[in-house]
Amino acid sequence: MTEAAATATGGQFTETILYVDGVNVSFDGFRALNDLSLVLEPGEMRAVIGPNGAGKTTMMDVITGKTRPDTGKVVFGKDTDLTRLDEPAIAALGIGRKFQKPTVFEPHTVWDNLLLALAGDRRPRFALWARETAEERDRIEDILKTIRLADVRHRVAGGLSHGQKQWLEIGMLLAQEPQLLLVDEPVAGMTDAETEQTAELLRDINRTRSVVVVEHDMAFVRALGVKVTVLHEGHVLSEGSIDHVSNDPKVVEVYLGR
Amino acid sequence: MSRLSATLTILLVLGGAGLLAALNLLTTPASQFHVPVYVISLVGKYLCYAMLALAVDMVWGFAGILSLGHAAFFALGGYAMGMYLMREIGARGVYGNPLLPDFMVFLGWKQLPWYWQGMDHFAVAMLMVMLVPGLLALVFGWLAFRSRVTGVYLSIITQALTYALLLAFFRNDMGFGGNNGMTDFKDLLGIPLQAENTRVGLLLATAVFLCAQFLIARYVVTSRFGKVLIAVRDAESRTRFLGYRPENYKLFVFVLSAVMAGIGGALYVPQVGIINPSEFAPANSIEAVIWVAVGGRGTLVGAILGAVLVNLGKTYFTGALPELWLFALGGLFIFVTLLLPKGVIGLFAARRPRAKSEASVSAAQEIAG
Repeated sequence: MTEAAATATGGQFTETILYVDGVNVSFDGFRALNDLSLVLEPGEMRAVIGPNGAGKTTMMDVITGKTRPDTGKVVFGKDTDLTRLDEPAIAALGIGRKFQKPTVFEPHTVWDNLLLALAGDRRPRFALWARETAEERDRIEDILKTIRLADVRHRVAGGLSHGQKQWLEIGMLLAQEPQLLLVDEPVAGMTDAETEQTAELLRDINRTRSVVVVEHDMAFVRALGVKVTVLHEGHVLSEGSIDHVSNDPKVVEVYLGR
Repeated sequence: MSRLSATLTILLVLGGAGLLAALNLLTTPASQFHVPVYVISLVGKYLCYAMLALAVDMVWGFAGILSLGHAAFFALGGYAMGMYLMREIGARGVYGNPLLPDFMVFLGWKQLPWYWQGMDHFAVAMLMVMLVPGLLALVFGWLAFRSRVTGVYLSIITQALTYALLLAFFRNDMGFGGNNGMTDFKDLLGIPLQAENTRVGLLLATAVFLCAQFLIARYVVTSRFGKVLIAVRDAESRTRFLGYRPENYKLFVFVLSAVMAGIGGALYVPQVGIINPSEFAPANSIEAVIWVAVGGRGTLVGAILGAVLVNLGKTYFTGALPELWLFALGGLFIFVTLLLPKGVIGLFAARRPRAKSEASVSAAQEIAG
């Protein structure tokens, strides 16, 4: 991948993992997304910031199939049109999503949460007869090490601390083996030490996968050191390095002007 | 659900039924240990209700589908058995018609409707006991789950389903005996139903079927399938983002549960000697949910326990203080909901570390909303 590919404009979507073009979504007259366009290279990590109501979560909903856009294109990889697919189909393609509030399966153990998330056959008739294989156990052990939850593997997920739940959910994302991870506010409510570890974890994940991180915490975004997209009123306001966007007068006005 | 509690349940059900059977068969009526045949049939009835409760617990306790129409599947299984028992009467009916059941002769019907054909064969009838509730659940579930109908909306349409069936079965033209239903059964597989030994045999058969259903249900809910089901119950849309199709999981468990309820109904009819449209009454389905809540939702063992306990209470109350029964039932439901959220089983179960339920609900709402 060259730097030139990063500046690919609409129409030339070679070398992209995610191509969002001219997406509009409105709810009862409210325009949640307004001609939103975004291009992500394979292996890229992108931070998406923006004030409340800027359309960050709606953007994720559109990419993961929860919300269908009124108009516009969402293409994954070479030529997979995501607007025609539903959530399970998109998940099966290799797009994982982490929610803002950690949503793990609380009555299940950490181990079982990861087991259910492991990439594999999702059909009921498989699940009915499935037995844990050695390979599955190895993969779970690996993930437990990565997310630093090996000691609590048999604890019920509902009993974990907030930060541990966030990591478990990231672990579940990893277990899905997605090509693209969408991560919504991964450090909300975390301590400084946890935030630092999470940044490290995301950079680690980014070695093999593309990542989109939605975040409010500017210090965290700075720590990630990646290209930043600023959303405002459902539209891309500015894009570039963190220093570039934080000096952009349009961004300054939106963040400080009111 | 531990292996111990499962083993205990099986031992209690089989042992209890076996003991009652022995005390009926091996003692004389004069003995103080003698168990009269009405008790045998009463317990048999409770165990049939326990199958219905087990079916409700599978869908409600593990998949979060609050079905308020499950007694409809029970009644359909009962009707299939009733049709077989009617055909078994043959020429011994009041009108002596070798082919047509009495109520059809009374209505002036000349020939047997097509859907009564073959019901004189036990195997066909037993197939229908499972097939009819299963197919109804398949069609209903496919439509409801695919359209993502959940929560209270789903509960309401299950009530509507059983009520619609109630009204339909009331009609004489349906060919199921209308208001009176079917009764005056003579024998089952050539064995006279009124004989004490038959009653004891039916109780034992019911106990065996209940245990078999319990083991099947237990396998399903403890398998990986069951883990997905619990995940669907607590955070349905989260499972979608993991690539699962919750509607398929719900549909499978709903159909299985309907078949289990149908078998319960089929064993119920020869023991109570009648099947009529009142079995479709919406209140029956609600009562079944209360049994599960009382015993302990999502435990399977609790469903069996709750069905037996509440029906023991019902037998006592409707004999001693009939006008107070519904108040007692309603009070019991409120009491259990407020003070025993895990039911009677929750009193015995060792305290395990468990999630705060608020957390799981609010998280589920976030992604559902």
